[in-house]
Amino acid sequence: MKKRKERIDRGIKVRSGDIFALCSWREMLYLAVPRLLPVVVCLALPLLLGVYWQKVLLSVAVFALLAISWDILAQTGMISLGQALFFGLGAYFAGVLNHYWGFPPFLTIPIATLLGGLTSTLLLLPVLRLRGIYFSMVTLIVPLMLVRVIEATKAFGGTEGLSGMTPFPSRWIELYLIMGVLLIVLFSFRRMMDSDYGLVLKGINDNDRSVINAGINIYWFKTQALFIGGCIGAFAGAFMTHVYMFVGMPVFALDYSILPIAAAVVGGPGTLAGATFGAFILVPMSEALRGFGGLRIVLYGLFLVVFIVALPEGIFHYIQRKYHQFERWVEVDK
Amino acid sequence: MSDTPVLKVVDLSKSFGGVRALHQVNFELNPGELMGVIGPNGSGKTTLVNLITRFVKPSSGAVFFKGTKISHLPPHKIVRMGIARTFQMVKPFYQLPAYKNMIIPLYSPRMKQLAGGKYGDRDAVALDLLEEVGFERDAFVAYKVAGALPQGYLKRLELAKAIALEPDLFILDELFSGLSLAEVATIVPIIEKLRMAGKTIIMIEHRLKELFRIADRVIVMNYGEKIADGIAAEVMESEAVKSAYLGAEAE
Repeated sequence: MKKRKERIDRGIKVRSGDIFALCSWREMLYLAVPRLLPVVVCLALPLLLGVYWQKVLLSVAVFALLAISWDILAQTGMISLGQALFFGLGAYFAGVLNHYWGFPPFLTIPIATLLGGLTSTLLLLPVLRLRGIYFSMVTLIVPLMLVRVIEATKAFGGTEGLSGMTPFPSRWIELYLIMGVLLIVLFSFRRMMDSDYGLVLKGINDNDRSVINAGINIYWFKTQALFIGGCIGAFAGAFMTHVYMFVGMPVFALDYSILPIAAAVVGGPGTLAGATFGAFILVPMSEALRGFGGLRIVLYGLFLVVFIVALPEGIFHYIQRKYHQFERWVEVDK
Repeated sequence: MSDTPVLKVVDLSKSFGGVRALHQVNFELNPGELMGVIGPNGSGKTTLVNLITRFVKPSSGAVFFKGTKISHLPPHKIVRMGIARTFQMVKPFYQLPAYKNMIIPLYSPRMKQLAGGKYGDRDAVALDLLEEVGFERDAFVAYKVAGALPQGYLKRLELAKAIALEPDLFILDELFSGLSLAEVATIVPIIEKLRMAGKTIIMIEHRLKELFRIADRVIVMNYGEKIADGIAAEVMESEAVKSAYLGAEAE
């Protein structure tokens, strides 16, 4: 007897398009849990963790933001290999504003976010017409070039970097600021990507000629996406400058480019939530593996390979499917 | 309507490297006219469309739309002026449901020009437009992912995307190719409806029989040159056209 897997929507019974009629608490929870869960987790985690893991949580959130920034660009058809550019520019802007002019963090961070977004957009503007791997190559090279520029010109402290930044008043402000921003960014940009505006961005990735054929200037939309992604990355950089109380050449390091991509791929690209989820898995794991010394990178790499082979769609898509549908084996009648 | 032709093409040429794809093509198109463009494979028909809509830059020559030169404008601006085209190889957004495909043209700045900044519920407009081109509303075809639709629906989706832009000039690139007779029969009334509304249409076709039934005028392309221009029946009688279609035999 042959059998096949049947997938049935768990969903809501009474619905038409986007309109639901909620008939029970169960259905209300079905809708609310996926939205409430990340909020509760993000707000409760700082309270539950020790000081060391609180620091790890900061870096989780920072990498989650970078992964979201990567995912927004990827959904618009721009595969960036240079999230470090956004991160580094934000970090340096905050550092310079604080070090030379003594601006307090609540000013440096918003200014650095906007300036970082703007500068990275301007730097990448000339290559916006490049597609696919050509665009990626340029994004990879630009942050590495900026490092050499700083090294050669000894600008902003050169290889020493700038130190003695104003720290945040307390680690609780630090934690809740970044967690709050992460939640806002995650939910608002998820909403944006589902709107008609987001549809145009996704359309550029899917078929850019068809979007041009609708009378839409794709370069203008790509510029906007780049600015959004740039601002998110620059915020993360500006924030970290005040956490470390230091800014230097390591902010343009390859880690800030590669790890967000790994997080988005493991978590499941195209949803932003997947990218966030990926960061919550990869960053703590990288910390937990510190005990293995030199083998850490090997184990880490092995984990990535296993994950990508076993769940190529990404963890988030897998969970999402299991949540929305249940499966059962049914007999195939001849 | 004034006497200005909707479209005027002057000495339009294009070479790709040493290959002459289009050479000194001239024609004028009057308001409300339906002009067919025919010719053997590789004769430059699609290149002509790509040059008018400027998806490809012309090597020389000029294109005027309602008296305004457009051959230096980027393609999205040409669309905004009121020229919409369909692609020979359909270009839907495969991952999106059919009606969500329609959102992108409805989001176009051209809509804002026409409707004065507000265009209401795009989803509803999209569903209406799709019903107009034959997406049966009861069957929920419009909600299906474009990647899962058969060719006939994809061609109609392509047409609906052009109609959504409310252009004055339609350029339909081999809309009938790959369709069955029955499917063509469902599209012809849509085109006739556009004509009734006073739209000017250029149709590139290989399906001559169907084309001649609706076209006012036909131009024939061969090796990148226009070799004939006139009423369908006359054009097909000319020696140049016969030799182009039948090859060496006529020589």
